[in-house]
Amino acid sequence: MVNIIWAFLIFIAIVYSLLTGNIETINNGILTHATSGINLILEMMPLMILWTGIMKIADEAGLLNVFARVLNPILSKLFPSLPKEHKALGYIASNIAANMLGLGSAATPFGLRAMEELQKDNPHKDTATEAMITFLVLNTGGVTLIPTTVIALRVMSGSLNPTEIILTSILATSVSSFSGLFLDYMIRRKNK
Amino acid sequence: MNTISKIIIPLFVLIIILYGVKKKVKVYDTFLEGAKEGLIMVFHITPTILAMVFAVNLFLDSNFLEGILSFAKPLFRLINIPMDILPMALLRPISGTASMAIMNQIFINFGPDSFIGRLASTLQGCTDTTIYVLALYYGSIKVTKTRYSLPVGLFADLMGIIAAFIITFIFFG
Repeated sequence: MVNIIWAFLIFIAIVYSLLTGNIETINNGILTHATSGINLILEMMPLMILWTGIMKIADEAGLLNVFARVLNPILSKLFPSLPKEHKALGYIASNIAANMLGLGSAATPFGLRAMEELQKDNPHKDTATEAMITFLVLNTGGVTLIPTTVIALRVMSGSLNPTEIILTSILATSVSSFSGLFLDYMIRRKNK
Repeated sequence: MNTISKIIIPLFVLIIILYGVKKKVKVYDTFLEGAKEGLIMVFHITPTILAMVFAVNLFLDSNFLEGILSFAKPLFRLINIPMDILPMALLRPISGTASMAIMNQIFINFGPDSFIGRLASTLQGCTDTTIYVLALYYGSIKVTKTRYSLPVGLFADLMGIIAAFIITFIFFG
């Protein structure tokens, strides 16, 4: 699927630019966007390394298990295929918590660790498991309670009430997450 | 609100370190071990991120979205919403940075407290960049058969976007 999207984006970009005479822009784009990619990685890298280090301590100390156990009533309903003490659950819990608080840069390393743990008992290494899909639905639904970046930008643009969009955001994100989880649940039930 | 979100990270780090020391974990050695794993993780996701940033940015450069959306202009004038919100809604699942840039432009043009400014804020907060997240997370563990992940993710985005329109109308319309 990603293969098709990737090809589609590039195909449309180049063909549309050639048709509309935007050759200059697309030529520059091809030559500079690899650098944009590397810049993004360089931006993420320090915090990624920091958080995986910190979370390793939490893991060794057993704190991840504590965290997972607190959220267990919810998580075990969402991930029926995982045993209660599964290591991934601790990372999933941390990832969701970080996302909820709008700490995107902290959420990503937890999410990647969760995927690694889920991959360990995946019988077909090239195929997504049900637990992975549910986790990503939860993740892309963007369960954000405090959209920190949006609020910051509103403050900078001189909003009189920068936080007034918190409630609307929570409502919209809930609709998004619940409909994703609902469809995911229906598909899982149909596949049984 | 700002103070709360500023105190969370320091508290989080403090609790983990204290708990580690209490449980007699060699915190420094363990940190290094984890950091090393983090470095390997970054190494693994570098090609994925580069590939996605490259394709998405090229796509944005081509102005294809603006071109294809021009047909919807009369409809939007009819319901009195500035056209600028549509590319943002369509870009949200593809690129967080791109939709953020459009949101900022909307703030500059119409003000953050205008209806469209509030709508843009809600849209930005309501969902994450599905395609990027899928590519990144599956790419990091080399899963290529993603089964029904993308349709479900995009369905959730669509419902979120529709909800954002309706909810903003109800609250601020």
